[in-house]
Amino acid sequence: MSTHASPTFIRPLREAGVTFVLALIVFGPISGLVLDGYSIEPHLGRPLLIASIVAAGRLLFGVLEQTPFGQKLLARNARKASGGVTVARGDEYKLLYFVVPLVIAIGVTLPFVANKYWLGNLILALIYVLLGLGLNIVVGLAGLLDLGFVAFYAVGAYFLALGAQYLDIGFWTALVCAPMLAACFGAVLGFPVLRMHGDYLAIVTLGFGEIIRLVLNNWLDFTGGPNGASVPAPTIFGLEFSRIAKQGGTPFHEFFGLEYSSDYKLMFTYLVLLVVVLLMVRFLTKLRQMPMGRAWEALREDEIACRSLGINHVIVKLSAFMMGAMTGGLAGVFFATYQGFVNPTSFNFFESALILAIVVLGGLGSTLGVIIAALVLTLLPEVLREFADYRVLAFGALMVLMMIWRPRGLIRPKRPHFAPEV
Amino acid sequence: MSEHLLEVRGIDAYYGPIQALREVSLHVDKGEIVTLIGANGAGKTTLLNTLFGNPRALVGHILFRGEEITRLPTYQIAKRGLALVPEGRHIFPGMTVEENLVMGTIPVGMEHADEDRQAMFELFPRLEERRDQRAGTLSGGEQQMLAIARALMARPEMILLDEPSLGLAPLVVKRIFEVLREIAGLGKTIFLVEQNANHALKLADRGYVLVNGVIELQGSGKELLGNPQVRQAYLGGH
Ligand SMILES: Nc1ncnc2c1ncn2[C@@H]1O[C@H](COP(=O)(O)OP(=O)(O)OP(=O)(O)O)[C@@H](O)[C@H]1O
Ligand SMILES: [Mg+2]
Repeated sequence: MSTHASPTFIRPLREAGVTFVLALIVFGPISGLVLDGYSIEPHLGRPLLIASIVAAGRLLFGVLEQTPFGQKLLARNARKASGGVTVARGDEYKLLYFVVPLVIAIGVTLPFVANKYWLGNLILALIYVLLGLGLNIVVGLAGLLDLGFVAFYAVGAYFLALGAQYLDIGFWTALVCAPMLAACFGAVLGFPVLRMHGDYLAIVTLGFGEIIRLVLNNWLDFTGGPNGASVPAPTIFGLEFSRIAKQGGTPFHEFFGLEYSSDYKLMFTYLVLLVVVLLMVRFLTKLRQMPMGRAWEALREDEIACRSLGINHVIVKLSAFMMGAMTGGLAGVFFATYQGFVNPTSFNFFESALILAIVVLGGLGSTLGVIIAALVLTLLPEVLREFADYRVLAFGALMVLMMIWRPRGLIRPKRPHFAPEV
Repeated sequence: MSEHLLEVRGIDAYYGPIQALREVSLHVDKGEIVTLIGANGAGKTTLLNTLFGNPRALVGHILFRGEEITRLPTYQIAKRGLALVPEGRHIFPGMTVEENLVMGTIPVGMEHADEDRQAMFELFPRLEERRDQRAGTLSGGEQQMLAIARALMARPEMILLDEPSLGLAPLVVKRIFEVLREIAGLGKTIFLVEQNANHALKLADRGYVLVNGVIELQGSGKELLGNPQVRQAYLGGH
């Protein structure tokens, strides 16, 4: 008991002081000097406020650290820090029974309380969750560095836009077919790169992403080129989410006798997207316990071992590319629906880099980490909207710091324990 | 027809323009322990990998249980009851000991996984103590045991081992060879590639000596141990 008697405040106070100064340095230029046209306006109160909050947090943490409860937490973390991948055992899932319904409940109620602006942001955030999950299969699980992931995203989005234009395809058809088409593109990319690793793979995939974008940009007759293509509003049971329905159709708001509002479309998109994301998470968790998911991770860990165990590495690599591409295509459909319009600039390399950043920050291979990282990286910039000019700078700094302090990402990858109980 | 479990007839293998194996012929009968010894770069690893389809034998035939496997893809060969413990162990470092063992069942499915894992833990008590430890943190000897156990999880009829004693202390090497004898006692056929000619030839029923991609000598383990040429080249010349 003597080890944690009454907590001392001296050390935490000193640390909080240092934290305050550091936070000032970090946030000062970003939030204190706001670009206004060509002049810079000083807003010195804001960095002080942010730094105080950060320092208070550090102080609280410093004190908490000394209580018995904090010590227990620390000990647990220290134990975890020793290894790389930890393996979930059964009892950790008990918490999930409580947390998962809660998250779902929050997720479902959000669109009814959020305003249009935030609803849009939530949709984008979920789209990036989906993209992150998809790329996580390829990079995080199978260990294949893919810098052209945005290609599949584009395929999904353009499938809906062009499908609607030429074949009269709707949202639901695209939701089923676009992932399949994207998976085919995944296979097209997968075959030539079967024998490649690391840098070479990265360069080829990068090229692939650019090729798709350039084709979309330059094939004027078919894709509309830089002008892009419009995407029809989604339907539910034949009811359209648009102000005036196409001939013969009924708009959603008329059917229910509501005032027209584009919010319905957003809500609808959000809810379907939420369901898709939840199903995807469930599916991926299951997959990781099955031979295919295990084979992906085995391939990342040691290719020679895989061969000697008779794992068909062609199938394993292709399936990783295809599964990832499929998820990317799915995300593309939602993106197109949300925007109501697609053009090639949405699918440039920066997008691939952002998705990769989500996967890396999330902790390569961790589903939960990827979800958190996607939400943080897409919602945080909105929260910091005013500092948008510094977004990319902060983003880069964050990446560098993460690689120094948490090289394995936010959340330590955790595999579902797949050995059957004895 | 021959009744050999594994028969290799005059195979040549190349790495690009370089010929690594020249007309190699050998056979292993059911229940035998056969060893292949040779100096660095003689082509021992190449031979094992060729049996597993990579690189492919350009000339000649490889028969396992009387069936031609020369042109089969690697994963098909593993399904037919041949297991390879690759040189340098190659366990999955990020997975636990237990998970590594489960990975070994891939060619045959999970049906007997529980039972076989238990059997492996009996054969290697060290692994049972460390079942939840990440394999990358095991000692070299433990990793080698794990690599062998993982290969056995596929219930192979025959197991190919590439230098299991590589880089291990004499005491651990001794233990590995004891284990190999136990595995042979379980009815497995063993084809062992080794630099440690002394141990290998003492264990083996028969042996082959590979020099620059060519089989130079063959005979029973005892004969080869007594052969002055072998003593000169591989046993320190006493
Ligand atoms: N992937 C490769 N590409 C080109 N040459 C190779 C390759 N692998 C092996 N070789 C060459 O083939 C020859 C036989 O190599 P191998 O690895 O089979 O020898 P080894 O008998 O297993 O040697 P050691 O006892 O050192 O493991 C060597 O000359 C080697 O340089
Ligand atoms: Mg070798």
